[in-house]
Amino acid sequence: MDIKDIIKPENKVYAKTPILTDAVMHYCPGCTHGVVHKLIAEVIEEMGIQDKAIGISPVGCAVLAYNYIDIDWEQSAHGRAPALATATKRLNPDKYVFTYQGDGDLASIGTAEVMHACNRGENIVIIFINNAIYGMTGGQMAPTTLLGQVTATTPYGRDAKLNGYPMKITELLAQLEGTCYVTRQSAHNPAAVRKAKKAIRKAFENSMMEKGTSFVEIVGTCNSGWKLTPVKANKWMEENMFPFYPLGDMKDR
Amino acid sequence: MAEKILMKGNEAIAHGAIRCGADGYFGYPITPQSEVMETLMEEKPWETTGMVVLQAESETSSINMVYGGASTGKKVMTSSSSLGISLMAEGLSYLAGAELPCVVVNVMRGGPGLGTIQPSQADYFQAVKGGGHGDYKMIVLAPASAQDMYDFVGKGFDLAFKYRNPVMILSDGVIGQMMEKVELGEMKPRRTSEEVAQQCPWALTGKHSGRNRNIITSLALDPNVQEKTNQRLQAKYAEIEKNEVICQTYRTEDAEHLFVAYGSMSRICEAVVDQAREAGYKVGLLRPVTLYPYPTANIQALVPQLKSIMAVEMSAGQMVEDVRLAVEGKVPVNFYGRMGGMIPSPDDIFEAFVKSINK
Amino acid sequence: MAIKGAIVVDTAKCKGCSVCVANCPTQTIALSKEVNGKGYNFAYMENPDNCTGCTNCATVCPDAVITVYRVKI
Repeated sequence: MDIKDIIKPENKVYAKTPILTDAVMHYCPGCTHGVVHKLIAEVIEEMGIQDKAIGISPVGCAVLAYNYIDIDWEQSAHGRAPALATATKRLNPDKYVFTYQGDGDLASIGTAEVMHACNRGENIVIIFINNAIYGMTGGQMAPTTLLGQVTATTPYGRDAKLNGYPMKITELLAQLEGTCYVTRQSAHNPAAVRKAKKAIRKAFENSMMEKGTSFVEIVGTCNSGWKLTPVKANKWMEENMFPFYPLGDMKDR
Repeated sequence: MAEKILMKGNEAIAHGAIRCGADGYFGYPITPQSEVMETLMEEKPWETTGMVVLQAESETSSINMVYGGASTGKKVMTSSSSLGISLMAEGLSYLAGAELPCVVVNVMRGGPGLGTIQPSQADYFQAVKGGGHGDYKMIVLAPASAQDMYDFVGKGFDLAFKYRNPVMILSDGVIGQMMEKVELGEMKPRRTSEEVAQQCPWALTGKHSGRNRNIITSLALDPNVQEKTNQRLQAKYAEIEKNEVICQTYRTEDAEHLFVAYGSMSRICEAVVDQAREAGYKVGLLRPVTLYPYPTANIQALVPQLKSIMAVEMSAGQMVEDVRLAVEGKVPVNFYGRMGGMIPSPDDIFEAFVKSINK
Repeated sequence: MAIKGAIVVDTAKCKGCSVCVANCPTQTIALSKEVNGKGYNFAYMENPDNCTGCTNCATVCPDAVITVYRVKI
């Protein structure tokens, strides 16, 4: 069969969702952000909530998320996205409000905001991308950087005595009464991507059910920061990140 | 007959918020302004007008909640005191940069540092000259009574939405804690979602096929774009300076000496003017009601008839710099102030005034 | 009944990360020797006959540049 006969509109089984804009993402090749942006856009399309979704972008690589997903967006000060989301949702309970934050934004400078938004049980979705490094500023140590991991500010590897320990913020948040759904996912292979999408969809659905905060961590790669090719970075993540940050649901009620 | 109730200035802020149709208040307790949130919680406006009231985990969070609420075109506000406002500085800069309307109340107390819980006016520079980073301005209203506290909330929101700019009500512990009769205005309903979408086309009301997505951001990676943003902001500030100056004068018609004072100090200086007049001095008072925009031209107009000016503040001398800028050295500008939570008495000020013109 | 698939890569936007190559179960995809306007070796069907249209490549693609077609024959 000729390829021309296969490539016909009626045979199309997968295409970019129109909720993703046509802008070329500024992310490095292979970056997990792109995959997760796509999943959020697909969930918004499938749920038919483009006119009801409000995203809140962080400071960090994903600051420009608003260029890629075709919904209304707020751009937050560093770490404060859960505070923005709190007011946005409380004042607009008919909207699906989500934050999109990296590890530095959420687990370092924004620890207080995320803890308290989750503890109040705000009916919002928090998408947390954990790649164990500060990507945008050039690969410095993040709160989630693994022990021994080399970064621009831990050139000899993260040392617990000097730098403290990697923070399992998702486990901490799962302890709070206000969270209804806390899960850790990844996006490095097709099965993981499909699971992550289900988790994101569930989180969005929860936000209209007055159940509390839904928190979805996605363990991702930072190829540039880790100084690995995208494929090698995925392998490194499986071997080093997953043992410390095990995947799966921590809470679902 | 409008309803008149005896209340603290801080309580008046709360009632002003509910009655002007505010959508949300987000705050954190700090003396001497905690009555604002306490009153709101007691009034439970979420059961009547639907107004959201939330105690945040910090001032940092409060101001960012304001940012989130303002992004959706809602009338949102916060209140705090001095050190809490310092924590909000980043958020205020973001609000100004993203051109979001909101009302922020500062009931000033003595500093620096943890300072004192007693009244002060030492945050003038912070409010009027910036406080946060970048070239931005807030419209700053200075109440001198509990009635002003009530009135300025609604007025503040009107200005904030007119210019898409943060408005600060720069009050102090005297005005916040003082009990006075306040005439309550009529209940204004909160805006409906449709009204918000219509009146605030920039607001995040949900992207539908009828418009492009709205983005609230203060980010411009391209310096050419950022400079254009700054130029647009400066043009807006020039409009504000042209249109929105408010000041009051007292017995200035034949005045040879002028007090310039705002907020609680203008109340005290009014008494000093009468005292000085009885003693034979031709004295008047100019009270800036807006601290930004500053009533520069109003002061300049009085300069030809004046022999001296005295600025009176509860600070080491902050607003006096704007008086000097206005006067351009044409008349001697003296200063009298107390600091650290001390409130000058009329006698203190009168004595300082007499000394200043006889030196 | 056999299944035949094909992919179309938006070569101008592909960044050549090769995550699709690693996740293709039928070794259909490779990176081209040529580069696009950004200098990236973009993905293409090196062995088009192998493609089953499983969508794995498009699922993992961070830049949403792959469209997948599938037909039963």
